[in-house]
Amino acid sequence: MKTIFKLAWRNIWRNKRRTYITMASIFFAVLFSSFMVALQKGGWDRMIDNVVGYYFGYAQVHQQGYWDEQSIDKAFPIPAELEGAGAVPRIESFALASHENLTTGVMVVGTKPGAEDGMTRLSSRISSGRYLQEGEEAAIIGQGIAENMKLHVGDTLVLISQGYHGVNAAGKYPIVGIVDFPSPDLDKRMVYLPLEVAQYLYGAENLVTTVALDLKNKDAVAPAVKKLKAALPVEEYEVMDWKELLPELMDAREADAAGSYIMLFILYVIISFGIYGTILMMTKEREYEFGVLVSIGMNRLKLGLSIWVEIILLGLLGALAGIIGAIPLVWYFNINPINFGEMSEGMSDVYEKWGFDPIFPTAFEPGVFLTQAYIVFLITSVLAFYPLLKIMRLRPVEAMRA
Amino acid sequence: MKNITTKGITKVYNPDTIPVVALDGVDLEIGQGEFTAIVGPSGSGKTTLLNIIGGLDKPTHGNVVISGTDISGLSDNKLIEFRKNHIGFVFQAYNLIPVLTATENIEFVMLLQNRPASERNARTNELLEAVGLGDKKNSRPAQLSGGQQQRVAVARALAPKPDFILADEPTANLDSKSTENLLDIMARLNHEQGITFVFSTHDQRVIDRAHRVITLVDGKIATDVKQNPLK
Repeated sequence: MKTIFKLAWRNIWRNKRRTYITMASIFFAVLFSSFMVALQKGGWDRMIDNVVGYYFGYAQVHQQGYWDEQSIDKAFPIPAELEGAGAVPRIESFALASHENLTTGVMVVGTKPGAEDGMTRLSSRISSGRYLQEGEEAAIIGQGIAENMKLHVGDTLVLISQGYHGVNAAGKYPIVGIVDFPSPDLDKRMVYLPLEVAQYLYGAENLVTTVALDLKNKDAVAPAVKKLKAALPVEEYEVMDWKELLPELMDAREADAAGSYIMLFILYVIISFGIYGTILMMTKEREYEFGVLVSIGMNRLKLGLSIWVEIILLGLLGALAGIIGAIPLVWYFNINPINFGEMSEGMSDVYEKWGFDPIFPTAFEPGVFLTQAYIVFLITSVLAFYPLLKIMRLRPVEAMRA
Repeated sequence: MKNITTKGITKVYNPDTIPVVALDGVDLEIGQGEFTAIVGPSGSGKTTLLNIIGGLDKPTHGNVVISGTDISGLSDNKLIEFRKNHIGFVFQAYNLIPVLTATENIEFVMLLQNRPASERNARTNELLEAVGLGDKKNSRPAQLSGGQQQRVAVARALAPKPDFILADEPTANLDSKSTENLLDIMARLNHEQGITFVFSTHDQRVIDRAHRVITLVDGKIATDVKQNPLK
């Protein structure tokens, strides 16, 4: 085995130009595929963080059946199990918002300003005015609503809706702050009131429609959901994680991933042909040598193994170089996300229609690099069987005549 | 007995299209310790005969028996194994492994034979001295002249202690001095160690040094002459 490795290693450096060409094919394969996957994953992670982290929370508790109906009549008193740190109680319902002669549909969220800020960092996105204070009769609104309805801090917003069990809901609230959401969809429909004020508006005192859970990372979601499902009676409450809350987001992610896989597949095919080309050249160029080695008594399998090891070593070197090259590239675009909106206004509009801003940071995760390096290495390993097959069928006399 | 016997060897290329008869019923007996040259014009079948004797090619008809083994019926793997242990090859273009040093090239077949390191080292040193390249142990083929490379090739062919050496035009790429030097070495090994050499050649210098000259014409043995080895 030592001889095989020695032969393979020395053969790699025997034709440096060929080695560099092969290594470059593998290097660029790993670099491009890592970047593509990192960009795709990073974009989606940001989108999920936007939608989930800035509003929904990674898990929510509702009265059983609320999520399907989204009716305020499904409001419920906060169970003892959910009181305390980490719970963000909300009462949520739709309303008509009016200002002067302009009206628009909005989502009213009554929440505990302190707890809400702890989870969604809402106060950090106030673009003008200030954040809500506990219990004050005031509202903060999304930037999109402000622009559409020509509202400013200090103006009054009138909300009209149907409250708990059909009561009339109406109120007017001075705007104390305007929030700039990274998600244009949230920007155009969110109105926040203190919890007690919203409960009064909807005639649902001490009731909430949602308790969002303030979980700081995705890994904590599954155990927390499991624990709550065990603690709360299933016939009364539904405990949902973000994937259940936003199935359309998951579907869109999967659809996008499928598109990316096709792109990646095409990239892999192009790269495979590049690597195959150099292997083909190498095999042809060394046919004579293979003939000699078989003639002097080298077992075909051993010879094939030596060439296979040679290509595998080449693959490993290329994949390693690809990882080393991809790390700074992916890191740079992680720190400096690509803003497609700056490239084209049309693109910005398209993303806005989907409900998110067109900013794509790359995901700087070891898994991205390792997976791509592994796939490209696997492709190289499979292609390395070509010389092995050629050697198994080689006729020494013909090879030496070549 | 370490000898080569061919019986009715016929080799026909392209039998289904335009048949070309390269060998036509060659019967031959080469004994241990011979220093034999197979000669003849281009296309007479010299290389084909050497390839068939060396188990690199299969005859269309006939048998090759080497040291009691009929190699015509051996499977590919068994033939490779047989060549490794019984036949040494010297090629016109030297065909050393470019990435290995002279020492490693000579040692290579012994490695394939799984010989112990001590034996390999001793034999390699002995052979390098025998071919006069004791000072070129660590040189790679590209650092050696044609004559030196061919001497390494002879040492490599001898390394596994084969029953005989088959040399296909071994001097074709060498100058006069290198040819004489190489022939001296091979003649000495033949004389002192009784190693059998079979050459295919055009080279009059090789023919002059041979003990036996077999002339092939159109795939048939035209003459088979024994001559004075000291000529």
